[in-house]
Amino acid sequence: MATQSVIGQKNNKGQAFTDPRHMMFEAPRTPSFFTGSEVIKEAVRRASCDMMVAYPITPQSEAAALCGELFAEGYIGDYFRGESEFAVMSQCAGAAFGGARVFTTTAGPGTMRAMENFPMWAGARLPIQMIVTCRGINSPLSIQPDTLEISYLMQTGMLVWHAETAQDFYDWILLGYMVSEEPDVHLPLALCCDGFFVTHTKDMVDLTPVDMCLPPYDPYRSPVPCMDMECPPVRMMRDPFVMKSNYISYATHASWQQEVWAAVERSRKHTIGWMNGLIDTENTDADIIVVASGTAVSQSREAIDILADEGISVGLVKVKTLRPWPGEEIKEATKNAKHIIVPEFNVTGWLGREVKATVPNNERVHSGPHVCGGMTMPPEIIASEIKTILGIKVETLSGRGS
Amino acid sequence: MILRRINIRMSGLGGQGAVTAAHVMAMAASKDGKYAISNPFFGAEKRMAPAESYCRIGLRKIYDRGELVFPDVIQVFHPQVITMGKSYTMPFYSGIKEGGLVIINTDMPLLTDEDVARLKDLNVAVFNIPGTNIALDVAGTELATNMTMIGSVAGITKCVTMNGLDLALQERFGKKFVASGGTATLDEAIKKKFAKKEMLLKKNLETVQKAYEIGAEWAEKNHVEIMVGEAAAA
Repeated sequence: MATQSVIGQKNNKGQAFTDPRHMMFEAPRTPSFFTGSEVIKEAVRRASCDMMVAYPITPQSEAAALCGELFAEGYIGDYFRGESEFAVMSQCAGAAFGGARVFTTTAGPGTMRAMENFPMWAGARLPIQMIVTCRGINSPLSIQPDTLEISYLMQTGMLVWHAETAQDFYDWILLGYMVSEEPDVHLPLALCCDGFFVTHTKDMVDLTPVDMCLPPYDPYRSPVPCMDMECPPVRMMRDPFVMKSNYISYATHASWQQEVWAAVERSRKHTIGWMNGLIDTENTDADIIVVASGTAVSQSREAIDILADEGISVGLVKVKTLRPWPGEEIKEATKNAKHIIVPEFNVTGWLGREVKATVPNNERVHSGPHVCGGMTMPPEIIASEIKTILGIKVETLSGRGS
Repeated sequence: MILRRINIRMSGLGGQGAVTAAHVMAMAASKDGKYAISNPFFGAEKRMAPAESYCRIGLRKIYDRGELVFPDVIQVFHPQVITMGKSYTMPFYSGIKEGGLVIINTDMPLLTDEDVARLKDLNVAVFNIPGTNIALDVAGTELATNMTMIGSVAGITKCVTMNGLDLALQERFGKKFVASGGTATLDEAIKKKFAKKEMLLKKNLETVQKAYEIGAEWAEKNHVEIMVGEAAAA
């Protein structure tokens, strides 16, 4: 094991391995007008990734292609295209088992196709980072934003974060490795955003210096031994529990699942430190509070502005991490609210359900408005929903299609 | 009308550069020191299929993103958006705000009497500009049609300056730009039209300038005022 710190040493692109706290919180930032896809590239450029596996699917294809450029420039150790998303995620597992810092991107049907791998990643404690640029998953086909796939990821044992803006995305890609590689966490991270609304939108983003990068991944910080298939360190691989039907095998599996979810919970303290809490709040003294994640937060901010102009005060809870679930934080932030509004970009309202399962007196929770299948949520719709709840008469919004 | 933010919906057909136009407008606004966000919306990329992009420019940080359902300005890049209904909605102007502006790339009137009456009810100004003809005259290629749409909306609303547009065009076309396959192919096509990159930038800018002047003159003559400023009530 290295006895010297790598901090200050340079990689072969001349970037200095930098203390992440200095890099993220103190180093000067350069404002840049970029699309979300370009922002992914710039974050990965500074993330000291050993390996990326790519597969094209809208709306993440551009980001995957841009990361290919990074590989060509020499910023990523290795990069190739898998045969399908299932293959990609399996290949990512292989690279992570071998001790590499791994990055990949996917979306919608790709996420669903690869799903078998995600609980496997979590169970094997592989700190892979997967960008999910959410899109519709159901038939008829859609390439447009829809966050339904997140609800599946939330049960896998992965960390699941939901970025609102390209700035979140940039910072969280880098901070994500810091959290997920902690020995007491050591779990994969699904870093989600709403496709197109973030990936294809040009927005101002403050970038860290290009000559600084994260310290490399240290596989010896893994809580489980590196896997060598020729010489398995435990009997798991050659003589797996599935071959046995006895109490010990069940108990081992059960306790390991509990341990994975305990590790998700243990990520809280690191996430709070790096991201200043699992939620952000504004004006939580208001009688009405919006609880949202992703682009729904942005749309809610605009709706809150519209209502403020009409003299209606509305607070905001931005949910940054879905796993771990910030239950206590949400309970506290909404304790005085008479109405809790949960707008979402999916048909089932999974966030609304989580909130209802969290807060006392949950008849206060209004799940909606919901849009899905690629529809936009104009702030006017959220504002009108809130006014309706308050018993204020609203004019019919003559929108598109009228 | 003075707005804290101007919301522009650009309805075009795949391959016309509506996405690029929105990005260039937003980049220009950002160069001018304003806040801006631009984003496209389209299905599987193909030529001549409906494609829309949206550009929001204002004096405060902008969060709103996605399809612009209630725009202040609508730009129609191709007559087929109206005549063949190649729009995300029918009619193409649904959702337009009162006192708004419609800019249509056409060399002949396209609106029905009913359209004219409904837009008049909403006090919406309609400006027809023969953008493709101007692009052919000034740049020698109809691929510069999107530049006339940029110029006309800038000339009427002054939401971005010519200097900002110059800088934005340099950023977009002056350096290596990674885009999707379809966009990359079109980028190559327009670059081949010009011997040198400087020529492409110059011709594009001239096209923008020409449409800017035409737009500014029309706005002044017809007393159309839609501007971005702080004096406004929301």
